[in-house]
Amino acid sequence: MDASTSLHAHGEDHHHHEGGHEHEHHELGFWRKYIFSTDHKVIGIQYGLCGLAFLFFGFCLMMLMRWQLAYPGKMPPVIGPIVLSIQHFLEAHKAAAGHFDPWFWLRGLISPFTNGIMTPEGYNSLGAMHGTIMIFLGVVPLAFAAFGNFVVPLQIGAPDMTFPKVNAASFWAFAVGGAIMVSSFFVPGGAAKGGWTSYVPLAALDDRGPGHNIIFNGQSLWLLGFIFLITSSLLGAVNFITTIIQLRAKGLTWMRLPFFVWSQFVTAFLLLLAFPPLEAAIIMQLMDRTAATSFFLPAGMIVNGVPLHISGGGSPLLWQHLFWFLGHPEVYVLILPAFGIVAEILANNSRKPLWGYKSLVFSVLVIGFLSFVVWAHHMWLTGMGSTVSAFFQTTTLLISIPSVIILSAFFISLWGGSIRFNVPMLWVTAFLPMFGIGGLTGIPLAFNSADLYLHDTYYVIAHFHYIVAPGTIFGLFAGVYYWYPKATGRMMSEFWGKVHFWPSLICMNVIFLPMFLQGMLGMHRRWYDGGQGWTLSGEHIWGLTGFQWNTPISWAAWIMGLAQIPFIINFFWSIKHGKKVDDNPWQATTLEWTAPNRPPHGNFVTTPVAYRGPYEYSLPGREKDFTMQNEPVDPSERSRRSAEPALVH
Amino acid sequence: MEIPYTISTRPDTGLWNAKIGIWLFLASEVMLFGGLFSAYVFLRLDAAPGMWPHGLLNVPVGTMNTAILIISSVTVVLAWAALKMRRYRAYWWYMLATILCGIIFLVVKLSYEWPQKFVHFGAYIKPAALEKYEQYLGNHHLTERGLPPRLEITGHLENHEALHDPNVKEYEIAMDPVNADPTNPAMDRPHFFYVPPTDKVAKIEKEDVERIDSFGPWHSTYFASYFTITGLHGLHVLGGVLVFIYMWLPVSKKVYQRNPEHLANRVEVSGLFWHFVDLIWIFVFPLFYLL
Repeated sequence: MDASTSLHAHGEDHHHHEGGHEHEHHELGFWRKYIFSTDHKVIGIQYGLCGLAFLFFGFCLMMLMRWQLAYPGKMPPVIGPIVLSIQHFLEAHKAAAGHFDPWFWLRGLISPFTNGIMTPEGYNSLGAMHGTIMIFLGVVPLAFAAFGNFVVPLQIGAPDMTFPKVNAASFWAFAVGGAIMVSSFFVPGGAAKGGWTSYVPLAALDDRGPGHNIIFNGQSLWLLGFIFLITSSLLGAVNFITTIIQLRAKGLTWMRLPFFVWSQFVTAFLLLLAFPPLEAAIIMQLMDRTAATSFFLPAGMIVNGVPLHISGGGSPLLWQHLFWFLGHPEVYVLILPAFGIVAEILANNSRKPLWGYKSLVFSVLVIGFLSFVVWAHHMWLTGMGSTVSAFFQTTTLLISIPSVIILSAFFISLWGGSIRFNVPMLWVTAFLPMFGIGGLTGIPLAFNSADLYLHDTYYVIAHFHYIVAPGTIFGLFAGVYYWYPKATGRMMSEFWGKVHFWPSLICMNVIFLPMFLQGMLGMHRRWYDGGQGWTLSGEHIWGLTGFQWNTPISWAAWIMGLAQIPFIINFFWSIKHGKKVDDNPWQATTLEWTAPNRPPHGNFVTTPVAYRGPYEYSLPGREKDFTMQNEPVDPSERSRRSAEPALVH
Repeated sequence: MEIPYTISTRPDTGLWNAKIGIWLFLASEVMLFGGLFSAYVFLRLDAAPGMWPHGLLNVPVGTMNTAILIISSVTVVLAWAALKMRRYRAYWWYMLATILCGIIFLVVKLSYEWPQKFVHFGAYIKPAALEKYEQYLGNHHLTERGLPPRLEITGHLENHEALHDPNVKEYEIAMDPVNADPTNPAMDRPHFFYVPPTDKVAKIEKEDVERIDSFGPWHSTYFASYFTITGLHGLHVLGGVLVFIYMWLPVSKKVYQRNPEHLANRVEVSGLFWHFVDLIWIFVFPLFYLL
């Protein structure tokens, strides 16, 4: 709200750019313009603010869990006493039997704690929601929906998305899904406890029975919320693909698209085709929980000593297949938009054409295809047999090839460039090795013989967090700093950006690097006592036992939490007080920088036309070191080009 | 700048926006129903012998509903063609026919097919007691013929109080013909025409019953997938009908008067969705009714 009101206050700055369109949106009131907007930029910013808020919320859950891991069974400071006093208050306000309890929501909220100490169920609940919120409410909305919405139409020279109302519907479906997820913290028993993967039969039987409503319980709300989130991403994906196919500016052929648009294009296909099987699975699990079906429940289930009255005949493995059919493309949904952002910023700040544009495009397409045929590598422990294993090992190793091509192309793009280390570029240069570590440590997990040992240990946690935390999220921060001037007309502070960057980079590595070692000791990812009670956690690595490593990791996590404060302040402060800049502050080449800052509804003053590829930086014989895509090709350039085919994309 | 290609086509793709949009949406729908159908395959392959029921649905009624949906797919094309020829009255009638077909389909489903299931019961007999009820199950006969065993006695439950009252020791079931006359070779295969339960009542001791349930989604993974898939399909039919009603109401005539091509495009797009819904049923019908 803060952001949008101040945008409103400065709404007069750019009206002289808008020409004939001025009359149109003066008619829109505050609610239509900033809340129920159909403008892709406003929707993108809405998604962005929600995504950032959810990222921070999900991180807070993890900061709580890190206390439990470092100091198991001890009361956390601040939160612990507060929870304890709420507990005393609730004990004094018990509702009489059979009467409505007006404090039920508060009881739900503190249910992860007893006497101020985290319970095992509470730990599971926070863990499940950390994963769910980070991935589906934080990174996907930010990486795909926020950046995609804001940047893609501008980069392809379009006035808006093809279906603006569908776009708004997508955001509001997301908002409802997010609200349902958050509300699940307040129901009796607290939020879902089955892990972000919601493996059955546990998840199908959790939060059922006395004291639980059939719908308003953690797991059922998790499922319901997901139906809205999937609807949201479906609407978004349809819109993105259609927009990229139909609304490219004149002259903007496929091979002239910025790489970011390509990455969003492939991401949209992944969301479009991978999410529905999960939706099918979610409908089935919801049926198992509400209509007593047995899709995922085998016969002979006994809960609390009582045999379940169910037909049985269901298959827990069915859930795993359907879940990972989404789950694996989902990791590429998380990383591909970050690749796109990195590509843009890398070319811009190394002042060089992106190396191997064509191989990047084909690699991202191959990744998109292969990501649909690797899912069972998450399921080596199910004993699927060597033929199936061999197939999925092969595809899993194949998909590392295009990923390595992309990363190599990024590194080579740096070669011989005169690199500007501004804040977006700092995040991007950190992204490259961090993603590299994340990717390479995944290779042992692709082999089922190695995975049998590493499966479900902290090694896996470290591997995928290197990809999504210092990988994707660093890419997203880079994108926020990079496109912020287009959205607000002002720069974020360089100094505070660096204060944000350096501690984040150091803490990320202090957090995740030791986890590889913990994992190789065999420490299991779901132990709520941090492995305190397990013999091998007592082995020493670098002077500390596996269990003792939890302490520095946790402190690094909390310091990283503090390191986000400069970002939050910088983000909001700069809206009003940042340095004002012109339309193309980074001297970039792509079309979004030809639009006025804070582009009006309809985006461009004149209809953009593209005459050249997206990354014409530092080409010999040019007056300046960058040529924008909408600059016409003059005859002398054309003859020079035919003499030097290497320059033509 | 206005959003281009909402009604006219983009030269290099030859398409207007919504047409790409709907095909993408349908691709996603294929994956949704694909997920459910693959669950059906998985569960059916996984089912123990005798645990996947056959012949419990009413085939002629299903055939009729199939025909109704196919007819409605034809009428919606005729409605679109009428708009292309700028004959609004013909469009109006064809659209009305489509809407009525959709409504008839839903009414048959919700007022006849589904409710019938909830009053039909099946009692699974414990393995140890199978021999005791051989006269109703006919497993010797089935083994001879190499057919899967019968583990369940189905029909109309005469004494509903038995479900809750621990003092009642037996279930009284007016049996389906398949249990009333289990060794009749005509019972080896499912019937095409629906045959109601007979007057022959079986008394089954509660102790011998593994589990008794009506033919709701809880009865078996077969009925679980039946209700889930036909339910989701029914929601799609309902959605299609609502969209068609909107396009049939006077409010859409204004769209027609402003630009007839705009309404024709809308009908084309929703017609594509309608064909897809029809196509799903073409898979549902054999999978649940026939196979």
